[in-house]
Amino acid sequence: MHDKTLAELTRSLDAGDFSSRELTQHLLGRIDRLDGELNSFITVTHEQALAAADAADAARAAGKAGTLTGLPLALKDIFCTQDVKTTAGSRMLDSFIAPYDATVVEKLKAAGTVSLGKTNMDEFAMGSSNENSHYGPVKNPWDFTAVPGGSSGGSAAAVAAGLVPAAIGTDTGGSIRQPAAFCGITGLKPTYGRVSRYGMIAYASSLDQAGPMARSAEDCALLLNAMAGHDLRDSTCVQRGVPDYTEELGTALSGLKIGLPSEYFGDGLDPQVEAAVREAIKVFESLGASVREVSLPHTHYAIPAYYVIAPAEASSNLSRYDGVRFGHRCANPVDLIDLYKRSRAEGFGDEVKRRILIGTHTLSEGFFDAYYKKAQQVRRLIRQDFLDAFEEVDVLMGPASPTPAFDLGANKDPVQMYLQDIYTIAINLAGIPGMSVPAGFVGKRPVGLQILGSHFTESRLLNVAHQFQLATDWHRQRPALAEENA
Amino acid sequence: MQWETVIGLEVHVQLATRSKIFSGASTAFGAEPNTQACAVDLGLPGVLPVLNEAAVAMAVKFGLAIHAEIPEVSVFDRKNYFYPDLPKGYQTSQMYQPIVGAGVVEITLEDGTTKPIRVHHAHLEEDAGKSLHELFSSGKGHGMTGIDLNRAGTPLLEIVSEPDMRSAKEAAAYLKAIHSIVTYLGISDGNMAEGSMRCDVNVSVRPKGQEAFGTRAEIKNVNSFRFVERAIAFEVERQIELLEDGGKVVQETRLFDPERDETRSMRTKEEANDYRYFPCPDLLPVVLDKAYIDHLRDNLPELPAEKRARFENELGLSAYDASVLSATREMADYFDEVREVCGDAKQAANWVQGELAGALNRENLAIKDSPVSARQLGELVARVLDDTINGKAAKQVFQALWNGQGASADDIIEAQGLKQVTDTGAIEAMIDQVIADSPAQVAQYRDAEPDKRGKMIGYFVGQVMKASRGTANPQQVNELLKQKLDALC
Repeated sequence: MHDKTLAELTRSLDAGDFSSRELTQHLLGRIDRLDGELNSFITVTHEQALAAADAADAARAAGKAGTLTGLPLALKDIFCTQDVKTTAGSRMLDSFIAPYDATVVEKLKAAGTVSLGKTNMDEFAMGSSNENSHYGPVKNPWDFTAVPGGSSGGSAAAVAAGLVPAAIGTDTGGSIRQPAAFCGITGLKPTYGRVSRYGMIAYASSLDQAGPMARSAEDCALLLNAMAGHDLRDSTCVQRGVPDYTEELGTALSGLKIGLPSEYFGDGLDPQVEAAVREAIKVFESLGASVREVSLPHTHYAIPAYYVIAPAEASSNLSRYDGVRFGHRCANPVDLIDLYKRSRAEGFGDEVKRRILIGTHTLSEGFFDAYYKKAQQVRRLIRQDFLDAFEEVDVLMGPASPTPAFDLGANKDPVQMYLQDIYTIAINLAGIPGMSVPAGFVGKRPVGLQILGSHFTESRLLNVAHQFQLATDWHRQRPALAEENA
Repeated sequence: MQWETVIGLEVHVQLATRSKIFSGASTAFGAEPNTQACAVDLGLPGVLPVLNEAAVAMAVKFGLAIHAEIPEVSVFDRKNYFYPDLPKGYQTSQMYQPIVGAGVVEITLEDGTTKPIRVHHAHLEEDAGKSLHELFSSGKGHGMTGIDLNRAGTPLLEIVSEPDMRSAKEAAAYLKAIHSIVTYLGISDGNMAEGSMRCDVNVSVRPKGQEAFGTRAEIKNVNSFRFVERAIAFEVERQIELLEDGGKVVQETRLFDPERDETRSMRTKEEANDYRYFPCPDLLPVVLDKAYIDHLRDNLPELPAEKRARFENELGLSAYDASVLSATREMADYFDEVREVCGDAKQAANWVQGELAGALNRENLAIKDSPVSARQLGELVARVLDDTINGKAAKQVFQALWNGQGASADDIIEAQGLKQVTDTGAIEAMIDQVIADSPAQVAQYRDAEPDKRGKMIGYFVGQVMKASRGTANPQQVNELLKQKLDALC
C-alpha cells in the first residue's frame, strides 16, 4: 500500500481494503524502520497521526469523506504547526513550537488529511542539496551516496522512499522542482500568490510559494485543490477563484504548442539529462503537440538577480531570530549586543549566515541602487521574457536541473551550488507556475522534466503532466531500498 | 553676533484606529503588559502583516486637511535595525513613497498673525513596543529589562515639516496646530501624556542674514508643548555658546531630559544606523483611486482655520473669541450647539467663555466632561434672551444645572420660582410697599439734590428685588421706582 498514489489510496479506502489507521500504521512502521538512514523526517508525530486517521475513518464511516480524507502526508518543517515543533531545519528553532497552524496546514487538516510529521530541509530553505540542515543531510532513496536535492529534500525523499504518498514543500528558487527531479517524483510550484504564505516561515517573501510533491500530476491536482485560495492573513495571496484542478485532466494535447527555451539546452547541461528530456518531448509530439524553439534572452541574469533579491529579503526576514522572544538564546549573555551576536552565531548555519551577509551588504547605503534596484529591473526583464514566450507557445519545457542528483559532499563551493538552480530560479523571479515530472534516469538517478506555464495556468500544466504520465511509467518507478529487503 | 534659529519638526501622531496597523490586536491604552500583542505583533515565525484600511483613511484625511497632494501609489518599506522592543528586527514604514505628499499648515502666533509652515510629507508606520527598565531596578531581576509589546504595531502618522520655524514659540504653535487638526479630524485622541503625539525636533542656528543652514541636532523624546519650547531654548543656547566659543556643532541625535531641562548626546552621525530600507515584500503597494480620495474629502469636517473664519465673519465674533472657541473641536462643537439652541452667537460666546469656562477651570474639567450639556446651556441662555429670567437668576440656574438639580433650565426655573416678574401691577404693588416701609429713605431722597438721587435709588431697587426674591425685572423696577419716587418730590 506504500506504492499507491493518493487517487488509488482513496479508492482502496472507499472500497474498505484497509482503513486510514491501517495505512497510517503501515507508513509509520516504514518510517521507524527506514528513516534512520534516510533522515527525511525531523519530527514524526505518531500519536497525532493515528488520532487524525481514526477521525478520518469515522468520517468515512459516516459518509462524510472528501477526496483527501484519511490520506497520509508530510509537511516540510517550514510550515508552522500548533503543538508540534517547527524548526525550519535550523538550530535557531530547535525547540520552537508555534501557537498556530499555517493556513496551508489548516486547510489540509480541514480536508481530512493525516500528517505523519515534519520533513527535513535545508536550513530556512536555503540550499539545493539538503546538506544545510541542522538535522543532517537527507539521502536520496535511489542512491544513498547522492543528495535528494533541496531545499525540500526531506519531502521529496520521503515520497520517493514510500514513507508517505505525498508531501508539501516550498519553492523559492527551485526547492520543490529540483528535489522532485532528483528523487523521481512529481512536484508543482504554483503561481506566486496562489497559495497562502501565512504560517510558512519566510526565506524570501517575494519568491516563496508552497506546493504539492507527490507520485503523480493527478495527486498534485488533488492537493492543490485543498491548498489554493485567498487568505485574508496574506496580502500577497490573490483574490481569485480556485478551479477544480482535476477538471482539465483528460483533455487531449493535440494542438498544444510547446516551446523549448534555447538557453535551457546550452553549456553545462549533462548530455544524458538532455537526452532524457528530448525523449520526453518526443512523447508529447506523439500525443499531438507541436514543438518549437524559443528564447528567454535574460536567463543568464537570473542567478545573479536572485542572489541579490533573495538574500536581501532573507537578511531582513531573519532579523527576528535575535534570542529575545523565541528560538535559540546563548548562555549567560553579558549584554544586549553579546546576546544578539552569540545567539545568532550559534543558532544559524554557514549558508544562512552567508546569505544574511550578502543581503545586508546589498541593502546597505551606497550599494542599494547598484544591487537591489538593478536586480529588480532585471527581474522585470526576466518576467517579460516569459510573457513574450507565452505569446507564442502554451507551455515551456526543459530540464529541471542541469545534472541528475550529485554526490553528497560534492559541491563544496557555494557558487557551484547556486548554479545548480539555473533552470528553476527564473521561474520564481517571474512568479509563474512550474512542475517537475519524472522523465527517465541517468544510471540509478532520476531525471526531471520541467514544464512551465504562464500565471495561473496550473490546470493546464497539471493536465500536460498527467497526459505524459498516462503515456509513460517513469513516475511509477520505485527505488529498491536495501533495508526494505532485509 | 545676531543668531537665527532654524527648526523643523517630525511629529508622530498615534492614529485612533481600534486595531493595529498590520494586525487585529486592540490598540487600547493601559492594558497589562503583552496582553494586546498577537502573533503578528510578536513577530513570530511565519506571520504576515495585513494593512488596516482605517489607518490609510486617517492618513489621507490628514493629507487633505493640510491641502497636500495624495499620491496614487504609496509603498511600505522596511527600516532594519535590532532592538529588543522591535520584534521583527525591522519597522514597517514608508521611506520612498509616502502616503501624503507636500502640504501646508498655518500657524497662529500670540500676536494673532499667521504664518504658513510647509509639510514635506507624512508617512504611515508601525510603533515599536516599550522597554521597561524601571520595573526591574531593584530586587529580583535587578538590571534586567522588561519588554511590553502592547504598543508594537500601533499605527503612527509621522508628519515631517520643512525647516520653516524660526523660534521655539513658532514650533510650539505648529505642534498645537497639528494637534488641533488631528483632533478635529478625529484621527487621534491627541493625548500627549499617553504618548499619542510625540515629537523629534531638528534645531540649528545660523548668523542672521546667512542663507546656508547651520549643522543641526535632532532632539528626541519631546513629548509636550511645554517641553518643545524648553528643549529648543536649551539647545539653541547650547549651540550658540558652542559657536561663539569657536567650537562646532556636530550632527547628532540628542535626548531631551525634562527633569534636568537639558539635552544630551545619544549618538553622532558616524554612529548612526544604516537602516537598509527596502520595499516590504509582504505588503502590496497602496493604490488609492480618485473616488476614494474624493469621498474622504467630501466628508471632511470643518477644520480649525475654517471654523475660526466662520465664527469671526459669519457670526460676528471678535478675533479673540473666534480663536478661543475654535481651539479644539470639543470647544467649537459645544459653542456651536449652545449658539444654535439659544440663537445668539455673542451671548453663547459670553456664556461658554464666562460662566462655563470658569466652572470648568475651578473643577479642572475638560469641556467634554462638563456636567452642563451644550443643549442645557443653550436653553438657559434662551430664557435670558426671552426675558423669562434675569441675569442674576440665570447664574442660579446655571449652578443648579451644574449640581445636577434639574434636567433643564425650565425645570429649575419652575421648581425654584425664578420666573421673572414683568407684570407692572405686581411690581408697582411691591414698590408701593417698599416706599411705605421706608419713610426715612424716602425723606432723604426727597431732600437730596436731583443729580444725587440716581445713586440713592439703588437702595429701593435692592429692597424691591429682595421682596420679589430676585425675580422682578430689574429694568422695570428701576423705571417704575424712578417715576414713583420723583412723583413724591
